[in-house]
Amino acid sequence: MAQLTYRDAVARGLAQELRRDERVVLIGEDVAAAGGVFKTTAGLLDEFGPRRIRDTPISEQAILGAAMGAAMTGLRPVAEIMFSDFFGVGWDLLANQIAKTRYMAGGQLSLPLVVRAANGGGLRFGAQHSQDVANWVMAVPGLKVVVPSTPRDVIGLLAAAVRDPDPVIFLEAKGLYPVRGEVPDGEITDTLGSAVVRRAGQDCVIVALGLMVPRALAAAERLARDNGIDAEVLDLRSLVPLDVRAVLDALERTGRLFTVEENPRLCGWGAEVVSICAEEGFTSLDGPLVRITTPHVPLPAADSLEDAALPSVDRIADTIAKSMD
Amino acid sequence: MDVELYRQMVRMRAMEKRAYDLFLRGLVKGTSHLSTGQEAVAAGFAAVMRPDDYTFATYRGHAHTLARGAPMAAILAELMGRGNGLMSGKGGSMHLTSTEHGMMGSYAIVGAHLPIAAGAAWSAQLRGTEQVAVCFFGDGTANIGAFHEALNLAAVWQLPVVYVCENNQYMEYTPIADVTAVERPAADRAAAYGLERIVVDGNDVEAVYETALTAFSKARTGGGPSLIEADTYRHGGHSRADPGTYRPQQEVEDWLARDPLPAYRAKLLAAGIDEETLAGIEDAAARETDEATKAAEDGPVPELALIERDLWADGGAAWRN
Repeated sequence: MAQLTYRDAVARGLAQELRRDERVVLIGEDVAAAGGVFKTTAGLLDEFGPRRIRDTPISEQAILGAAMGAAMTGLRPVAEIMFSDFFGVGWDLLANQIAKTRYMAGGQLSLPLVVRAANGGGLRFGAQHSQDVANWVMAVPGLKVVVPSTPRDVIGLLAAAVRDPDPVIFLEAKGLYPVRGEVPDGEITDTLGSAVVRRAGQDCVIVALGLMVPRALAAAERLARDNGIDAEVLDLRSLVPLDVRAVLDALERTGRLFTVEENPRLCGWGAEVVSICAEEGFTSLDGPLVRITTPHVPLPAADSLEDAALPSVDRIADTIAKSMD
Repeated sequence: MDVELYRQMVRMRAMEKRAYDLFLRGLVKGTSHLSTGQEAVAAGFAAVMRPDDYTFATYRGHAHTLARGAPMAAILAELMGRGNGLMSGKGGSMHLTSTEHGMMGSYAIVGAHLPIAAGAAWSAQLRGTEQVAVCFFGDGTANIGAFHEALNLAAVWQLPVVYVCENNQYMEYTPIADVTAVERPAADRAAAYGLERIVVDGNDVEAVYETALTAFSKARTGGGPSLIEADTYRHGGHSRADPGTYRPQQEVEDWLARDPLPAYRAKLLAAGIDEETLAGIEDAAARETDEATKAAEDGPVPELALIERDLWADGGAAWRN
């Protein structure tokens, strides 16, 4: 067991898979010699060499296209898009090519590739380097979407993503890069589509993802201390596949469900979750389903504004306390 | 080889004309982009390819798919939305794919497949297989960003990929010269990526073949990518909805006079190939097309279960438990 940052867990997870399978390769801007702008790929060039760890030009379409072409011909590429906001530059490759080609070809080919990207807010980078775009990719049939919230999950879910036979969008919560967590020694593997209960509770469930998971946990502690509310925290970990069973189980146990989403309001993943709960968990409901999200705006840069726009521990706890009063 | 080049062009022409007839009869739905007139490019390149080489084409990809060996019946059935189509009816005219024949797909968003072909070439390079990827695209593609990103990456990584611009003089309905800063949309950009400027008469199947041979052998032996501009002309409009009336009549007539099929037929006759052999090829292609049409028309409607099949590698489309 060791303490590892979320950032270092990315490099460890990649190294684990690069050692295991020689078909695994990594490309992206500044991923090799520089070790990544967030230092998430530090040391990989030294261990695995320039054939497998490659710097690319600033060419998001080329990066994604190269990964796709390599995946359909026998490699298991991991492509880094530096900031998930840049998906916009390569959106045709992501949404039209990578996502649709297997289906259109009637299953003649597979695309076992991973697109990693630093996602979301917390670093005061402004609206073009800070948005949580999980809902963009979640809306595209043919893409799996994973967002780890702990260093251990970074490694395990990255392993699952690399080993998965389909395209996986792996969103790293960049606000969590410096956060440390316990990581066991040896190989770590995991399963896509399995949510994890981070805190057991009886009165309500807070469904969260990525950067919002530690905030939901802190909010649950505050609710227990200040309001006598025993909140469960469910970490979804992946949006596609979605662990609907875990969500409905938690709703059935507690009778109240809240989502905490980093994304702007409209069409966030929480909308899908509450819609499923309304359809399939209606008889479990003891009160309204409530979504706590960033307002429907681009994320502002100033620290005070960014902090107030993203769901904070206080906003989460206050919203839940008021709703359950 | 000479006769074989002719055979392939005749088959392509027969199939494309049939596709047009089937469209007029309402049996080919949606849209389709025919390459009638451009057969020499497809035939010349396919002839130099190894069975395990990779072809990437555009929505104008019927002939390239046939050239790699995909059955004509499956191609026509795919155009007609039948269950015995190349992709069981899930792709349609613009997305013909047959990986078992090295046909890695027809891509319908202009430019997208250039980086994908680079990726396949990179994979071949890493795996050390000496496979080559060839990527066909139209003149309009040379003005989209993905073209430039892919050419640059291919050149920097010295990838075994051959980029072939089928310059049929029009980007959809607009003369390519009206919207391009240089005279030759692809070849005049080659220098920007440290590549040789290569232009070939795309209606001369032997010239195409020789050019392809050079580019493929360069790619296969580690010499890196090539960018080739093949001058050609589509006999019809851009797509099925387009009669192509924006083209000057004299220009059309000039190009029809350079139709690659009769030109090559005359050349073969002059070279001593007998009329009977050529007529036999034409008859066989007509028979193949009739049989393929019947097989396609007799094909079943795709089963509805296909809608939620093959999104994922497990064969299904589930997004939740």
